[in-house]
Amino acid sequence: MSAIDLSVLTARQVRDGVASGTFSAREVADAAYARIEAVDDDVHAFLELSQDLAYEAADRVDAMRAAGDELPPLAGVPAGIKDNMNLVGTHTTCSSRMLEGYESVYDCTAVRRLIDAGALPIGKCNMDEFAFGSSTENSAFGPTRNPWDLERVPGGSSGGSAACVAAGMTSISLGSDTGGSIRQPGALTGTVALKPTYGRVSRYGVVAFGSSLDQIGPFGKSVDDVALALEAIAGADPMDATSAPEPVGRYTQALDLGAEGLRVGIVRDMLDLEGCAAEVRASVDMAAETFAALGAEVGEVDLPATRHGLAAYYIIGPAEASSNLARFDGIRYGHRVPDAADVIDLYTRSRAEGFGPESIRRIMLGTYALSAGYYDAYYGQAQKARTRIIEDFRAAFERFDVLLTPTTPGVAFHFGEKSDPYTMYLNDVYTIPVNLAGNCAVSVPSGLCSGSGMPIGLQIIADHFAEETLLRAAAAFEEATAFEPVPPLARIPK
Amino acid sequence: MAITESDVRHVAMLARLALSDDQVRTLTAELSAVLGHIDELQRLDLEGVEPTAHPLAMTDRMRADVVVPGLSRAEALKNAPETDGTAFIVPAITGAGEES
Repeated sequence: MSAIDLSVLTARQVRDGVASGTFSAREVADAAYARIEAVDDDVHAFLELSQDLAYEAADRVDAMRAAGDELPPLAGVPAGIKDNMNLVGTHTTCSSRMLEGYESVYDCTAVRRLIDAGALPIGKCNMDEFAFGSSTENSAFGPTRNPWDLERVPGGSSGGSAACVAAGMTSISLGSDTGGSIRQPGALTGTVALKPTYGRVSRYGVVAFGSSLDQIGPFGKSVDDVALALEAIAGADPMDATSAPEPVGRYTQALDLGAEGLRVGIVRDMLDLEGCAAEVRASVDMAAETFAALGAEVGEVDLPATRHGLAAYYIIGPAEASSNLARFDGIRYGHRVPDAADVIDLYTRSRAEGFGPESIRRIMLGTYALSAGYYDAYYGQAQKARTRIIEDFRAAFERFDVLLTPTTPGVAFHFGEKSDPYTMYLNDVYTIPVNLAGNCAVSVPSGLCSGSGMPIGLQIIADHFAEETLLRAAAAFEEATAFEPVPPLARIPK
Repeated sequence: MAITESDVRHVAMLARLALSDDQVRTLTAELSAVLGHIDELQRLDLEGVEPTAHPLAMTDRMRADVVVPGLSRAEALKNAPETDGTAFIVPAITGAGEES
């Protein structure tokens, strides 16, 4: 049995263990791959393992330690990377036949920064194709299973990134979140899952889905771990003109300030939405009581325009996606039919063959919403609804420092349970408004469902670039609940 | 708003997707259902509300106008389905009848 149990150790403990010489970074990589060997046949969190890159990174860390150099903040910390982020030496497929075999030719900024901070890139994580989905069932390479119950989905689209952390295969991982694709799988797998403010983390090198919505963020086993990861990846990048120049906070140092005096708002009308499981709703009220007991000022607020968030998102997201996915033409990269009669035949058949059903659905929906005659009625109207949602949040943040909602209306569901597209879309009803408004939010495990034993996530939302306040509140809640979700799979003896 | 099979064929042409008749039928039903759910947007009174294209009040930021290395030709062609090592190979474009 390995001495390094990644299902128990936090990223910080791994880093400290490497720094103190309790174990080497190479031994950490060994432990990660041994754990993957033991459980990933069942879970299928990874599409590809990058041993060469991980051991190279480990050797750099071990050499620094041998030389007596100060180690970087994520030295020796094993990390999973969602397969829509480029990293030279790996394929980047977005879980699509369209990009099967695609070799990265440059590095995603967030991934490069994570590795520069000492992290070990263990492999590329499964996802819903092009990040379209909430269950990872849309992967062209087979679904990922939830480490809490292999008959259930891990959520999505960053399902592999969530599952590899939940099952103790890596300490942290990177996902991307356009409408909830980090927070929703975080809630369903009992991990801490952060969507930073739009622009906080460079989007350079992540395959674009919705360019006004996409944001890269970390998964971890603790709030401290996602704060560590955010410090490593945040900040302006000359390669992304929408990356924000605001200074990067000292997120890890904000965590022990407690919740005293924090103004915490329960979003009452979102909580009262039809379709939210009673136990999930109750968990938010219990979280509010926890904050009150910690000395926070707890109140209630309504965000009436967010009720139209889902509708606005299913215009704006697909509209942006249909534009972004126009680049897949079978010429520069990606799937190409071998026998095209002419260039239009090449485009249309390569795309129809390369994209899976949900990708085709979103491209069609977005193209329709942007087409002549429908643009004003759909896209224009959705953009105006988005303005109303932003105004609601702005007003709420005049009264409150953080807002509380469930992350998802229910716990992890069974494979095939939500085969109707719109039923699947409803999973993201609480997370989508945050992307439309560009705010930051984190899902923190808040308990287990009494019936199914599956984890429930609390969503905490803060204002633009208020990640220090957001993570401070999350850390206070985490400490007060003293809940350390360990999936049954992680307890399997190695 | 109901969407017809002919709408779906038109949009598929715009999106450059060669759909089978089966796909057209399925998508007509699925897109009609999704559009039915999001039709609530049409009923909102949003007269005079400014549309939002971007969530933050950002202005374009330019980087310094200096030459930096980009992808090499070999890197740019690395994933090309068809190449002669110097260029992407495409079917003849002139004379190809594009429907309008």
